[in-house]
Amino acid sequence: MVGLATVFGAGGGTSSYEEVENSDLIVLWGSNARAAHPIFFHHVLRALERGAKLIVVDPRRTESAAFGDLWLGIDVGTDIALSNTIAQEIIANDLQDHAFVANATENFEEYAESVAEWTLERGEEVTRVPAEVIREVAHLYAQADRAMICWTLGITEHHTAVDNVLALINLGLLTGHVGKYGSGLNPLRGQNNVQGGGDMGAIPNKLPGFQDIVEDPDARARFEAAWGRPIIPRYGWHLTDMFHAMDRGELTAIYCIGENPVSSEADATHATPLLENLDTLIVQDIVMTKTAEIADVILPASNAAFESDGTVTNSERRVQRVRKALDPPGEAKDDIWIIAELARRLGYDWGDLTAYDAWEELRSLSPMHANMSWGLIEERGGVQWPCNDEFPDGAQFLHARLWAFDDPARQGRKAPFSVVVDDPPVDLLSEEYPIRLTTGRRLESFNTGVQTAGYTSPLRRPEAVELSAADAEALGVVEGERVLVSSRRGEVEAPVHISSALRQGLAFMTLHFPDEVETNRLTIEAADPKSGTAEFKATAIRIDKLLAEVP
Amino acid sequence: MSAVPVAPPRRLLDAEVDGVVVRVPEGATILDACRDQGIDTPTMCYADNLTPINACRVCVVEVEGARTLVPACSRTVEAGMKIRTDTDRVRHSRRLVMELLGSSVDTSLASSDWHRWQDEYAAAPDRFGAPTDPMEAGERDRRWAGHHHGSPDPSRAETVSQPVKVDNELYVRDYGRCVLCYKCVEACGTDAQHTFAIAVAGRGFDARISTEYAVPLDVSACVYCGNCIGVCPTGALMFSSEHDMRAAGTWDEDRQTVTNTICPYCGVGCELELHVQDNAIVKVTSPTDNDVTSGHLCIKGRFGFQYVQRRKKDRT
Repeated sequence: MVGLATVFGAGGGTSSYEEVENSDLIVLWGSNARAAHPIFFHHVLRALERGAKLIVVDPRRTESAAFGDLWLGIDVGTDIALSNTIAQEIIANDLQDHAFVANATENFEEYAESVAEWTLERGEEVTRVPAEVIREVAHLYAQADRAMICWTLGITEHHTAVDNVLALINLGLLTGHVGKYGSGLNPLRGQNNVQGGGDMGAIPNKLPGFQDIVEDPDARARFEAAWGRPIIPRYGWHLTDMFHAMDRGELTAIYCIGENPVSSEADATHATPLLENLDTLIVQDIVMTKTAEIADVILPASNAAFESDGTVTNSERRVQRVRKALDPPGEAKDDIWIIAELARRLGYDWGDLTAYDAWEELRSLSPMHANMSWGLIEERGGVQWPCNDEFPDGAQFLHARLWAFDDPARQGRKAPFSVVVDDPPVDLLSEEYPIRLTTGRRLESFNTGVQTAGYTSPLRRPEAVELSAADAEALGVVEGERVLVSSRRGEVEAPVHISSALRQGLAFMTLHFPDEVETNRLTIEAADPKSGTAEFKATAIRIDKLLAEVP
Repeated sequence: MSAVPVAPPRRLLDAEVDGVVVRVPEGATILDACRDQGIDTPTMCYADNLTPINACRVCVVEVEGARTLVPACSRTVEAGMKIRTDTDRVRHSRRLVMELLGSSVDTSLASSDWHRWQDEYAAAPDRFGAPTDPMEAGERDRRWAGHHHGSPDPSRAETVSQPVKVDNELYVRDYGRCVLCYKCVEACGTDAQHTFAIAVAGRGFDARISTEYAVPLDVSACVYCGNCIGVCPTGALMFSSEHDMRAAGTWDEDRQTVTNTICPYCGVGCELELHVQDNAIVKVTSPTDNDVTSGHLCIKGRFGFQYVQRRKKDRT
């Protein structure tokens, strides 16, 4: 979100699912959408049925890669190197969109200079993707009529998260694959309403509608007038900052809603005691999570999707209605009711607050939601922001303004290229920790398993450390054998699963089954300074046999 | 620069349906033209979110100059085409399809439209005699090309009746209800899921929907998206929850509500229709005209709701 907001001013994916179907080239970069976003992948499949090409960039040869025309088995954490090499190949062959670069972007010269050293040979050396494949991708992407880059956590769960996103945006700017139908730059949101959370201001530096707390005094004044309180023009902490602040003893109380950091935080050995040592930990959740178990106060909540009314926003910026279908059990209450009740106990009577009331207030304060009434959302089955006087029906894709070369007023701020520098994962491989562990999702499971543990999936198999056949042979371990997996921060025991998706030196685990294997005891808390996203995708590990060799 | 592209304008064609001149856009099917005219046309294998497969032939119409009856669901309208939907030949053919399906397959859970059409066409599936006895489990799956029926009793109607296949906790396959409409194969294949876990095996009356070598689902390619259930018109593919409740006699659609909401898992934003009875989700579907899903879901969206109600179970 930070990357897109920095370049374009709006932190949302630029395109619609329908455009994916009508694109000519789709690049899934650090995304295993077939497993993690299956119904988005249906739109990709429609494009493939139409004859579009699919390129998958992923260290693992995933289920998505199996559908690809090309699979780029990149070395973990070399995304910037790959992007810069593609850019250099495009520029060296003069395949960039000259008109777009000249009229709609800034900082091209400096960018071109910064990628000049990234010859195909150097790119291959760093990324381990064959030079001729990088070359083919560069030419396909530059010459496609319509092309999309879609990414997920394979891009953002790195200490270079924001730079990784900027590197992909650079490619879109270079080739003019943004701001027009069927071309775009799209983060696929991993969790329901991640987009909506950002839209609503649940990020440290923005008010609702991506209005900057510090840099936008007009917006701040409108919120101050509506709320009758001064707003301190100061950025807050993102998640990783919060843990650092806990470490320093500055952050002593947390009100945690629908999040399970005891299981989901990287470097759990370090993170969990920080949560335990808080003066106050309040957890509001629908089930007894591991975080709830160590809380001082638990507020049982109703389920947001099935037991309450409101809205969410999906990966194509579509605001959608959620509706109450079930009565919550026992004493569980709606999130809005709980928050309003807390306010009442603190001396503020907000009356009988509903999701509709909250939405109407949002519309009055967030210009990009101004015309988006619940009535319109109902009628259209969801509306894509922005929806205001300029876009009364919402916007199928963003940034068409950039193409208004002859109308500077309409075009607005040009999109800047960003100079981004290759920066390998923090957790370096060494003789002691020679294997690169990466993490990801399985089709039938979700995050820390709080939700998916509730149903019996025939696809589910126990958590394991997945290894290539070559590594398993070198280590003398077999399928199902329990081994000790260690990183510089912790160790866990796990059975081995041999996977043909992996090459030698690469291992894979999920975070789905913390009760079986606490993978986050291994992961590193090194985080991007701008987004606060931890480097879950790159851990250096070693694997040791637990059983003595049979003579 | 490019705004949203407008599809090239479609030529309008004039044709005649039952003597009335109709004007439809090029590419429209005869079924589209009939629906425009408010002509009630029976269908079984057709679905709005799948490519027409022409399997059941219950929608056939007469086209002047054509030797055979044509399926309305897939045949496109041509300029000057003269279409008849209510001739004796059409009515006879549709009735026979209904009778053959009704005599050999349990269609009791098909749509209310289907039952209405049975009455309107005076279909009499009973006229082929009493149904033969159900087959043993797996008997139909073992039949190979070259198989010949035993000595069928001409006074009885051959059926596909067989025990329900229950090999996982999410859904059941009750192939005694399968009319071989191919919808599940299409949804599992190129029309949506591209998993290709099932296909039609066998020929003639032995044709049946099968996994590879009829293996149980848990060792097949199935990923349990349930998109086959979503398109099944006869209840041959069914949520285990619905199957168990029907077996227990507690399934009661009159007491069910359907609420549309958004799936709580990933950020794609699939619209769910929650079928709720007694404050419990008993089935999940998605609207076929939804822009995000086209009626299709993944395993988490379709089956991953139990964590919500498990809270209630734990409490009691």
